[in-house]
Amino acid sequence: MAQSGAVIRPPRKNQNYLARLGRNIVKHKWTYMMMIPVLAYYIIFHYGPLYGVQIAFKDFNPGKGIWGSKWVGLKHFISFFKGVYAWRTIRNTLFINIYLLLFGFPAPIILALLLDEIHKPVFKKTVQTITYLPHFISTVVIAGILVDFCSTNGLFNQIALMINPNYTKVALLGKMSLFRTIYVSSDIWQSIGWNSIIFIAALSGVDSELYEAVAIDGGNRFHRVWHVSIPCLLPTIVIMFILRIGNLMSLGFEKIILLYTTGTYEVADVISSYVYRRGLLDFSYSFSSAVGLMNNIINFILVMTANAISRKVTETSLW
Amino acid sequence: MTNAKVSVTRGNRIKKTTGSIIFDTFNYLFMILLAAVTLYPLWHVAMASISAPTAYMYHMGPIFYPLGKITFASYAKVLQNPMIPLGYRNTIYYVLLGTAINMLMTMLCAFVLSRKDIMLKGPMTGLIIFTMYFHGGMIPTFLLVKDLKMLDTVWALLLPGAISTFNMIITRTAFSNIPASLEESAELDGANDMVILFRIILPLSLPTLAVILLYYAVGHWNSWFSAMIYLSTREKYPLQLILREILLANTEDASGAQNAVADDTIPISETIKYSTIMVATIPILLVYPFLQKYFVKGVMIGAIKG
Repeated sequence: MAQSGAVIRPPRKNQNYLARLGRNIVKHKWTYMMMIPVLAYYIIFHYGPLYGVQIAFKDFNPGKGIWGSKWVGLKHFISFFKGVYAWRTIRNTLFINIYLLLFGFPAPIILALLLDEIHKPVFKKTVQTITYLPHFISTVVIAGILVDFCSTNGLFNQIALMINPNYTKVALLGKMSLFRTIYVSSDIWQSIGWNSIIFIAALSGVDSELYEAVAIDGGNRFHRVWHVSIPCLLPTIVIMFILRIGNLMSLGFEKIILLYTTGTYEVADVISSYVYRRGLLDFSYSFSSAVGLMNNIINFILVMTANAISRKVTETSLW
Repeated sequence: MTNAKVSVTRGNRIKKTTGSIIFDTFNYLFMILLAAVTLYPLWHVAMASISAPTAYMYHMGPIFYPLGKITFASYAKVLQNPMIPLGYRNTIYYVLLGTAINMLMTMLCAFVLSRKDIMLKGPMTGLIIFTMYFHGGMIPTFLLVKDLKMLDTVWALLLPGAISTFNMIITRTAFSNIPASLEESAELDGANDMVILFRIILPLSLPTLAVILLYYAVGHWNSWFSAMIYLSTREKYPLQLILREILLANTEDASGAQNAVADDTIPISETIKYSTIMVATIPILLVYPFLQKYFVKGVMIGAIKG
């Protein structure tokens, strides 16, 4: 490619950029034409909303449109932080994410390490296939099953009653103390297998000579895992961990919206579900845009920081 | 892929110590338990859906086999609810059209960004990657869709997500891994960019394209949120949204859907939600075992991209 380019356009100093661009466009007219719908898509559907973000600093008036509405500065941000919901939604977002980090993050790593110790390919494959499955079930179905199992007469209450006859049935999802537990454990149930794939792949790439060396030194299986498998997994673990830290303030709202009830808002309402409710159910477009924007900025900073750290620590970054 | 290692391990296998045997036993038991816990909820739903409704009502605890006489009455009831076949039809339509749009746009974008001597490539890539990390958010996007007069149309569901930038990057990686010499020799033979795309790049990246296609299709099948916020005509609802009304009925408009199915035979309403879940999930369960390995491949390609 380099040579042919050199033949076609020798690097003349006075050759101006536009002329080169023009020739490049003529030469690759088809490629540039393909670029048009793609660029149009990104500009309309990704940069369009970025243009609309200005309503966070305005009092949006549907009659006047985004541009015509009056500027109000930081009014909506201030009213969010002064209101009672700022602390509640930030706290819930952080707490649920930290629980996911504490319990949901190690789970697939442990699964991968244990699966690596299974030397019956068919058995291993079967377990993998089964554990990946929930990843493909829709959130609506998962939430539907959860609501059913957690209901007053649902499976979990029935089991509790079978174990302890004095148990009083209760709607489990309506209990504030249980909401996060149910949310996090169902998340682990759904994602443990799928998230383990990347660790299993990393383990399968481990040089078998390393294991042989442990064997020669008289190491047992525990030594193999401790001195070879885990160190070899470490770079992957570090990257995945940093990525999770980058997402500490963002949490999908789909499952939250499906599972929470007015009674559990106190522990379940996260920033994104609050934005949805205030924006699309209460039509406070400007206010909820402000909350969403605040959240997006924090997420952006977190991801950038996480990436910078990742680059320092592991010499592998996202880009 | 682990075969090589397994054989080495076997060759060097240190005498099976008692500790090792105990560990293996627990490890295998744990795996069986994990598989059981993973499958049980779906099994419960499947068994309950074909159980006799009264037997199910009086039953306590887990079910491992259909209770009472096996009956498909609740399935018949589910399919009598006109919203279910309608939702099915809508979902299939959204999956087909949506995936087609996704694939076309993703391939175009990936192709452009994988070409080597396109001058505007750098700024374009930057423009696109930025959208992965910063977006306007739910409300500005909603207002945009509204301003584009797309509310209550299929375009509101399909166009805003026409390209998943992540999938696009995976595709681009696959495209740029094709040896440049192939393209060059085609160029020498007078092929233009279109010919290169359709005759060389696409055929050679079929495995990756298949994976991306599956991701998009499953995404559309499972999607409900954008339909909930953008669609107002119930006749346009996708299956998942109907499902939400039936399963998570805490709104008044859901009662209509329930009444439609639970008219005279009250006990059947006990098992009807299970057959509804099954009806909506069976397509995924049917294709999953066969496509599983492609899905996994997708994760790997994504990871290698780094």
